[in-house]
Amino acid sequence: MADRSRAARQAGTTVLVLVFAFLYVPIAVLVALSFNEGGLPTVWSGFSVKWYVSLASNRDILSAALNTLIVAVASTVISTLLGTLLAIGVEIRRRRGGALEALVFAPMIIPDIVLAVALLSFFSMLDLTMGLHTIVLAHVVFNLAFVCAVVRARLKSFDWSITEASADLGASAFTTFRRVTLPVILPAVVAGALLALTLSVDEFIIAFFTAGAGRSSTTLPMQIYSMIRFGITPEINALATIVMAVSVIALAISQRLNRGMVGR
Amino acid sequence: MNTSRSTFLMAPALAWLIGLMVVPCGLVLALAFFQRGTYGGVDYTFTLENFARVFDPLYAGIFLNSARIAGIAALIAVVIGYSAAYAIASCRRSLQPVLLFFAVLPFWSNYLIRTYAWIVLLNREGLVTQFMRWFGYTGEPPSMLYTEGAVIAGLVYNYLPFVILTCYAPLSRMNPELAEASRDLGGSAFTTFRRIILPLTLPGIAAGAVFVFVLSIGNFVTPALLGGGRFQMIGNLVYDQFLTANDWPFGAALSMALIAIMMLLLLVQAYASDRASTRTAPVREDG
Repeated sequence: MADRSRAARQAGTTVLVLVFAFLYVPIAVLVALSFNEGGLPTVWSGFSVKWYVSLASNRDILSAALNTLIVAVASTVISTLLGTLLAIGVEIRRRRGGALEALVFAPMIIPDIVLAVALLSFFSMLDLTMGLHTIVLAHVVFNLAFVCAVVRARLKSFDWSITEASADLGASAFTTFRRVTLPVILPAVVAGALLALTLSVDEFIIAFFTAGAGRSSTTLPMQIYSMIRFGITPEINALATIVMAVSVIALAISQRLNRGMVGR
Repeated sequence: MNTSRSTFLMAPALAWLIGLMVVPCGLVLALAFFQRGTYGGVDYTFTLENFARVFDPLYAGIFLNSARIAGIAALIAVVIGYSAAYAIASCRRSLQPVLLFFAVLPFWSNYLIRTYAWIVLLNREGLVTQFMRWFGYTGEPPSMLYTEGAVIAGLVYNYLPFVILTCYAPLSRMNPELAEASRDLGGSAFTTFRRIILPLTLPGIAAGAVFVFVLSIGNFVTPALLGGGRFQMIGNLVYDQFLTANDWPFGAALSMALIAIMMLLLLVQAYASDRASTRTAPVREDG
């Protein structure tokens, strides 16, 4: 799109400034107010980190954070392992099957609420006691799709003949995987794992439905949801800031490892 | 040999997806054909009543209202998202990935928190009210939270990054010579946009619009938090049937209706992208 007039360029810049303001002002206000001295959550009265300090002594939040960590790590480990194998399996398959693709990517497009009620019905029909373990089972379902997509993108440019060379030289299938395939796809595997971790840490609806009764399996998003319903407090602002910072850091690392996942 | 090894590698993940997605979704579909038990629970007697109830004026009204809100959100998101994607695609090549990254970044932060940010902005003593006071407004604080507008704003805000992404992809792939050729042949900027750029980028628009619509219509967090529970959408209705009313068969029928809408829209989207890809000669009379 060369040959554009100055007016067009200015219009483009204006659009970008407005859109980025729309995207970032709400978040910026939230972060700024988390450092607000006063108890009123929306009126500025001086800088303070006291809400972060008070978070550290809130036992409900600490136990929810621990639950979230357990769920996220467990579901990330399982989905990274299975998702990577799935990606390799799909890529070395000669035939392309529409049904297979649909199955793998369905969790990305099925509305969360539908998957949530489906799993709730399923678990209660099996008379399974619900808790953190059922959240893990559920989170792996959608994490698999994302890990698989990231690893497959990397495998698209993978030269499979080097695995044949490795086999010809006498390496077993496992050795070939460990010494040839894995080093090439490792950045994508780690990127996929970080993505899965972020998604699991942030996921609310499915966790809410599959956590079962009782407070013992409350995750951080569930805790945040009940706090928000109760009203605005500076503590939520502080907690929200921390959760966002963690997501952004994990995502930035994931992006660096896996350049080109977004938008190319 | 490759096929058997491939099956072996895929087996654990596929078993997981079948056991914890296909079977549960099949179960919900089956539930929709049974009756509700007298004390909640499920009475295993075949009935089509749950599907009939979906079309009951009360629930059909909620469906239509959800579709209207989701439609408005999708429309606004597409207009803003397309403009933003167009502006990004017009920037220097080296700048584009950076802009795109920052446009999509909020999308990866927690959905609840992004919604909460709007409660902070829109509440009676929030930033918007302060801002108006600053300009000399002295009346009652306006009630912006718990309105339909707040719900729509929240939906647009949450899904905009995705629309920017889907619209950017075809815009960045587009051959700029096509637009130049149109201008050389005397097409005005508007004609060039309407006849060349828009048809070629339609798949991205369709994908973004379908995405926003499907996720909005099935949403229950945004109507619950920004609508204050005053605006029932299908997502809230499903939530209520499972967690409050304890009428799982009807909740299941509603979920299936949601899936049906989603599939229908995906077909429309596939059709739109099909049509765009067959337009090898975009400069031609439409009829």
